Amino acid sequence: MEQMKVLLRNQGKPDMEDAKAYIATGGYDGLKRALEMDGAEIIEELKKSGLRGRGGAGFPTWLKLKFAFDTESAEKYIVCNADEGEPGTNKDRVLMSCDPHSLLEGMVIAGRAIGAHVGYIYLRAEYPQVRPILQRAIDSAYTCHALGKHIFGSDFEFDISIRSGAGAYVCGEETALFESIEGKRGEPRYKPPFPGVHGLFGKPTALNNVETLANISHIFRNGAIWFAGIGTKGSTGTKLFTVAGNVAHRGVYEFPMGINLKALIYENCGGIADGKGLLAVQTGGSSGPFIRPDQIDIPLDIDFVAASGGRLGCGTVFVIDDSNCILDIVRNTQDFFAYESCGQCTPCREGTIRVAQIVDKICRGDGSMVDVRALQELIDMLRVAPLCGLGHSSAVPIASVLQNFMPEVEKHLDGDACVWCNTQKGGRS
Amino acid sequence: MAMVHATINGISVAVEAGTTILEAAKKIHVNIPTLCYHEDLAVKAVCRICVVEIAGMKLMQTACSYPVSEGMVIYTDSPKVLKARKTILELILAHHQQNCLSCAKNGSCELQNLAAELNMSHALHFDPETTNFPIDDSSPSIVRDPNKCIQCRRCLEVCNTIQTVGVLSVEGRGHDSKICPPYGKQMVDTACVNCGQCLQVCPVGAITLHDNEDRYMAAREAGKTMVVQIAPSVRTTIAEALGEEVGTVSTGRLVSALKILGFQYVLDTDFSADLTIMEEGTELLQRIQNGGTLPMITSCCPGWVKFCETFYSHETEHLSTAKSPQQMFGAIIKTYFAQKLKLEPGNIFSVSIMPCTAKKFECARPEMHASGYRDVDLALTVLELARMIRATGINFAELPETPFDQPFGTGSGAGEIFAATGGVMEAALRTVYEIVTGKTLEKLEFTAVRGVEGVKETSVDLGGTVVKVAVAHGLGNARKIMDAVARGKSEYHFIEIMACPGGCIGGGGNPTRSWQKVRQRTAAVYEQEKELPIRKSHENPAIKEIYHEFLPGPCSRKSERLLHTHYINRQDIL
Ligand SMILES: Cc1cc2nc3c(=O)[nH]c(=O)nc-3n(C[C@H](O)[C@H](O)[C@H](O)COP(=O)(O)O)c2cc1C
Ligand code: SF4
Repeated sequence: MEQMKVLLRNQGKPDMEDAKAYIATGGYDGLKRALEMDGAEIIEELKKSGLRGRGGAGFPTWLKLKFAFDTESAEKYIVCNADEGEPGTNKDRVLMSCDPHSLLEGMVIAGRAIGAHVGYIYLRAEYPQVRPILQRAIDSAYTCHALGKHIFGSDFEFDISIRSGAGAYVCGEETALFESIEGKRGEPRYKPPFPGVHGLFGKPTALNNVETLANISHIFRNGAIWFAGIGTKGSTGTKLFTVAGNVAHRGVYEFPMGINLKALIYENCGGIADGKGLLAVQTGGSSGPFIRPDQIDIPLDIDFVAASGGRLGCGTVFVIDDSNCILDIVRNTQDFFAYESCGQCTPCREGTIRVAQIVDKICRGDGSMVDVRALQELIDMLRVAPLCGLGHSSAVPIASVLQNFMPEVEKHLDGDACVWCNTQKGGRS
Repeated sequence: MAMVHATINGISVAVEAGTTILEAAKKIHVNIPTLCYHEDLAVKAVCRICVVEIAGMKLMQTACSYPVSEGMVIYTDSPKVLKARKTILELILAHHQQNCLSCAKNGSCELQNLAAELNMSHALHFDPETTNFPIDDSSPSIVRDPNKCIQCRRCLEVCNTIQTVGVLSVEGRGHDSKICPPYGKQMVDTACVNCGQCLQVCPVGAITLHDNEDRYMAAREAGKTMVVQIAPSVRTTIAEALGEEVGTVSTGRLVSALKILGFQYVLDTDFSADLTIMEEGTELLQRIQNGGTLPMITSCCPGWVKFCETFYSHETEHLSTAKSPQQMFGAIIKTYFAQKLKLEPGNIFSVSIMPCTAKKFECARPEMHASGYRDVDLALTVLELARMIRATGINFAELPETPFDQPFGTGSGAGEIFAATGGVMEAALRTVYEIVTGKTLEKLEFTAVRGVEGVKETSVDLGGTVVKVAVAHGLGNARKIMDAVARGKSEYHFIEIMACPGGCIGGGGNPTRSWQKVRQRTAAVYEQEKELPIRKSHENPAIKEIYHEFLPGPCSRKSERLLHTHYINRQDIL
């Protein structure tokens, strides 16, 4: 399948930080259209478009905005989640770098929708190179009246500023992100209350991923019908995919939703690097499941991937060649979660470290079926009991390995040390 | 309020919208285990022990935080819930020191109780992995054992939000996170005011009392003359600490117990509370008449005094110079009392039984040796006394009533109500009014300063001079008043501040508190005060006697030397 560049339509063009250059490409036409509409109409348009969140959960964007719209408050906020903490993921960075105004425009439209006048971009601390780009774009948007008071001559006003955290993965979780902006330790809050009611500074807030917000600008420029015509029935529009790992051509690609995973890897990314075979693919970032080569002939559509036990998440496709051992790979992932747990709630604080320990034990050849059963107990509990999404999905990788790679696991049990695993450093040592 | 209907384990329940599952379950007597939840504190939802299943939801939710909504179908007892709960508990236990038998919380530990409740009768599925952090017993009042901490975060809220002292915080992340003072400081080097409110809410043995029973034992063995004073509130909480009903007043039995424990003289701090009123009341009148620093603020609470010395170090001239009742009594015991009873003051071991952990800090303050000796040698709390009574095999419930020893065994009702927030103020007003106006007070109860509201105020007409007073309890509330004082904007003449919410009766050295218990205890204090024959400090015959025989008068030079003190600037701790 051919790439379809909507979000990346301005990639490679010069001066895209300059609002004038952006306007020359039809930029801010969507905002001008939205300024003629009221909040309910904007939300209705988004509903028609079928846009769903690109940050992880695929939540209908219109509904999220509606929650904040429905809550009465003089102060409301739009927050852009640009924390992009998923290892190996950089689609938001690419998007912000090549077309920053599409994000700003989406934020203003979202602000108009819910009646917010302030927006924050929570930028990943490890993206210092993106910050000046965004800042120049913001400054330029003010100059061109795309931000500030009387946007494009209307009575609507909206301000955007950039915030950064200290780089913890959990700060990408929406409520931890709020805490971080508020200057506190970045720890998730229990929910409800949900952000639409009690978000940043306790005010109704709509928080969306960079890509989600950028999509809004395209929806308003080209119309909801146009957007709904791209992709699949349940997953409309295009999607940015970060393809990482052992493929010939790594990078960020844009395709209509529903592209076939196998085709993506073999046709668009040139297959496995160095002529090796495929061992496994992890979709949806570090909290996604590992699937076998015989399971990859699937459309990348939010609901389809979810139904098959995986998640599309932020659209990261991590390809692993057969010179690796899946146990070593999953050990690394589980170490990541143990390391990134904020430590606030018991299941995750105490559970993720135990999962990591047991997986390491199995890798070293010291594991037995007793350990596998203990893992299963932890997996079942972690899926349902922690406070935030980090904990809930922290055991998905090992759960998928137990499900899809059990023969590999069994090879490691009862003293059958895996040479590969034992020569790898392993995340924790 | 709109009502919503739900079922919990098949039982129907109707509650107001916004009610949590935990509250709803309580209503129909369904028990959901909790750990980080505390009835007086904000919901934290971090231990996750109270997770329940809700039909139609993939995730479990915490009963403590999740509101019931219309038509909700909740299960608190499904196999899934029970398994998840047990796994969580096992994880906690596997990271917890397994030395329950030698833990101060043995028998009163919420984690231990929970383990029993959830039937933890098998070996853990996870290898025990305990930490080996040093135990911090640098504070005279509390001991912190980070190895036992289960990170419920109750102490964080108490120290940071309620008391606004801000000593404790979370350090590290994930499995390495721990609750501790910042920068690896020892408790003694922090702004900790020793109020002990943190140990009151710690469910486990991570923050416990700094137990000093050994020092009592050593003095007794050394053949010292054992003298003890008991604070006003102790008679209302000691029986509770020994398992009797909350609010059981047991003054006579308490004296009997202390006699068995080897104290030759058992005296009543109500007496020195009266003495405090005489000194402090006189000081107030002098300040008003002579244009001294106003408002004057009470100084009988050592937690508050240290807080003021630390956070409002430029306002200490507002503090009354009068020592606390404990310290006044200490000075009197080793002087007047010793003379009267022909005792060698150096051989007296002067103990106080207090509701308060900060009293341990106070009696160790270097300046507290006006008698030429340590004024008070040892402050023990109700918690320690209860342990001593139990360990000695005393059947407290069956003890006879014994009166206090004289001459200082008589206190007034005014001294008695020092136990509760507003009590010092009320006692002072009773005396100051009568001294200034020369009239008899018709109604002794100043109800405006009673009760649990954080800041209370009233004004009293002292025959032409209207005196404006305020009362605050809990240090977060103290700040509200002190910020105005610091800006020079306070209109009050006299302010009472107690560090602990509820006053001494809610103090850190008492049996485990809750607001409900503090209310019951407070009611008991006022109830029995009504019945006392003497209810004004200046009418206490022992007070008349001491000003006749030993002291020339309140705020005299001799009083200043023995019964008054000075303060230190502790700003540098911050
Ligand atoms: C641990 C954790 C980390 C997350 N990190 C990110 C992130 O880096 N970027 C992001 O957009 N969403 C992240 N999310 C998802 C957000 O919480 C939130 O669902 C999302 O930003 C919502 O935007 P959307 O509706 O546009 O997808 C994370 C979630 C969790 C639980
Ligand atoms: S699930 Fe993990 S990351 Fe989320 S609140 Fe609990 S400890 Fe923190």
